[in-house]
Amino acid sequence: METQAINRRDNLFVSGHRACHGCGMAIAVRHILKATGQDVIVVTPTGCLETFSSPYGYSPWLVPWIHHLFENGPAVASGVAAALKAQGRESCRVVVIGGDGSTFDIGFGSLSGMLERGDDVLYICVDNGAYMNTGGQRSGASPTYSSTTTDPAGAASFGKRQLKKNLPEIVAAHGIPYVATASVAYLKDLQKKVKKAMEYRGPRYIQIDTPCPSVWGFGSDRALEIGRLGVRCGLVPLIEIENGQLKRVRKITDPLPVEDYLKAQKRFRHLFSMPEGGGVVAEIQKQADGNIAKYGLLKRTVDGNAETPP
Amino acid sequence: MKISIGAVVKGGTSLDYFTGSWRDQRPTIDTEFCKCCGVCEDVCPDSAVHVVDDVYVIDYDFCKGCGLCAYECPVDAIKMTEEEK
Amino acid sequence: MAQKRVLEGSEAVALAVKACRPHVISAYPISPQTHIVEALARMKADGEIESEYVRVESEFSAASVVSGASAAGSRAYTASASQGLLLMTEVLYASVGMRLPFVLTGVNRSISAPITIQVDQQDTVSLRDSGVIQFYVESCQEAYDVHLAAFKVAEDPDILLPVMVCMDGWILTHSYETVSFLEQEAVDRFVPPFNPPNRLDPKDPKTWGSYAEENVLTEFKFAIHDALQKGKDKIREVFAELARITGRDYGGLIEAYRTQGADIVLVAMGSVCGTVKEAVDVLREEGRKVGLVKIRCYRPFPYEDIWSAVRESKVLAVLDANISLGSEGAVGMDLKAKLCGIRNGPIVCDWISGLGGREVNIDTIRRIVGECERVRECGQDISELKWAGLNPALLP
Repeated sequence: METQAINRRDNLFVSGHRACHGCGMAIAVRHILKATGQDVIVVTPTGCLETFSSPYGYSPWLVPWIHHLFENGPAVASGVAAALKAQGRESCRVVVIGGDGSTFDIGFGSLSGMLERGDDVLYICVDNGAYMNTGGQRSGASPTYSSTTTDPAGAASFGKRQLKKNLPEIVAAHGIPYVATASVAYLKDLQKKVKKAMEYRGPRYIQIDTPCPSVWGFGSDRALEIGRLGVRCGLVPLIEIENGQLKRVRKITDPLPVEDYLKAQKRFRHLFSMPEGGGVVAEIQKQADGNIAKYGLLKRTVDGNAETPP
Repeated sequence: MKISIGAVVKGGTSLDYFTGSWRDQRPTIDTEFCKCCGVCEDVCPDSAVHVVDDVYVIDYDFCKGCGLCAYECPVDAIKMTEEEK
Repeated sequence: MAQKRVLEGSEAVALAVKACRPHVISAYPISPQTHIVEALARMKADGEIESEYVRVESEFSAASVVSGASAAGSRAYTASASQGLLLMTEVLYASVGMRLPFVLTGVNRSISAPITIQVDQQDTVSLRDSGVIQFYVESCQEAYDVHLAAFKVAEDPDILLPVMVCMDGWILTHSYETVSFLEQEAVDRFVPPFNPPNRLDPKDPKTWGSYAEENVLTEFKFAIHDALQKGKDKIREVFAELARITGRDYGGLIEAYRTQGADIVLVAMGSVCGTVKEAVDVLREEGRKVGLVKIRCYRPFPYEDIWSAVRESKVLAVLDANISLGSEGAVGMDLKAKLCGIRNGPIVCDWISGLGGREVNIDTIRRIVGECERVRECGQDISELKWAGLNPALLP
């Protein structure tokens, strides 16, 4: 306990939680809270984060935190925000930190309602692309051709056929002040985006790519490396949309081929052992190329993060 | 220990659960090479890297041995070795 | 302002809610609840209430908003009916477990399918396992009074549970009655500001909604059950205090109407009790010894109060405006659970009646009482489930 006390005061998500070795999500949460500061109330729907951070009697949260149900993170947050307003406690901010299962699927309606109402809630989706808490079932956020337990690769299947739901654009279509995507591989960028979001009032959304060593299938020391590969090949575009306009993107200098990203993870390895897997990889490459074109991710100038939209 | 009303729990109580027992490997920081850049402290999912008197130390009570600190250290100052059981 | 007005039941409820000054109101419309949330919306638009009014996109969210508000330390209110109450079910169970108090109005309406907007009590009765406290009201006046009590009961430091005030759709929500209102000062004294033992606050960070294992789960459920059982005394006290303030005494957890010396006692909840009381008076005039136990507090179940009123009776005729399909009516089963095995106790006849708005009138009661007299004469120990007014000609 002594060493924790000497530790930086801005660490509001302390040791002792039950996340897997090398969990990308746990890293993200630490940095989210460093950026928000401690005058927040955090709501988390059911999922990995909730389960590994709240066994009864052992909480790592040094901010007030509530887990209610799976489908209602945004609505519970709306209720908290309304209460804070009624009590004159509006300096305290409300942040939802929830997984993709809740955000993309079962809590989608609740999210849309919160956005449409314009409630003062920052919604952060920690996205590991499946229902990881329960072993990796497919969600609307699972990438195309990833193998999940409910949509596995097999003799007759390459895994998920559908696209990953483009939730940042769907959220942005609600006309909210700030939408961003981030990655645990770029922690300063992540913190900057959270801080930026905190400057606004009203609904805001940040989606953070949080690689999962346990189920994506890579070494427990590689979460940031995998995250970097995802960003650098174009499959994980890092963008900011403010009031419906694409404002900033993180440029890629030399886009990596998607193979570098896919080969490094067990959930895509079937693409390299199955006949016609190559054709599938080419489809995924097209997705990455499409992102690069659509968001203007290719670096054209010497300096970083140019403001020019595509 | 009596249960609380509504199962409400005080924050920070996870510090009573020593996840260090999960380790198969342990990191060691070579303070001669360490540049105090802070990357290891940033990337540790378990907040198990601290600065004590300007020196970076591992909190072995909680370190799960994932190896992220060693992999991300820009100067290779952290080595993973097998944990003695 | 002490007042008497002729107004719609829904509006009486809205005025009760207004008087209790909730910080947060959430609203999703469903017939026959809509007039309540619309009345509150008009008050908000006219600046008559300061509550934050959250227009949600589903009943699941309506219940979630008041749960979040309660956890943050604010008094909160919502309302629903039928399908909406079922959609709220998961949220209500969770909020009970987390001991988050708020008040909701359960406007009674039958449950789909077939879809209908007519009244019965299947919806609120189906929540009886959840731990939500349930009060049933007979009149618009009682609806107003009981909503005031509901906030006080919910927020009691030894209770801390959601309270649902159940009122029959259309019959109470959309009919007009003369209703007397309390002065605001009296309500403020009766229902002081919400002051929970815990609330979401960065100054003292706490964690809600933990994951619990088998070593403590049973104890958590027991603690709630215990709070409900002990809460019965508290509920009696609150009703008694309100009766002193208003001058209107509805009884406690039950109202025992002419049960003294009654051989046959009807048991019912909600607005049908008005009809039953009239029927009891008519039948008593004819020399038949009948009475009524009106259940006002259904959960926690007031079996001691009911037993006190019926211990000399021979037959209980339970009017269940609900059915646990495959078994019997809920109130009938609750009663049988407690009376089973009592020597010389009354026979419980369960009558499914009033489903989907089917009328229960004095003739219906007369037929039921007649049937119960036959049961008594036969000296049966057990009575089969009966359906009041079933039309066999319609059956396929």
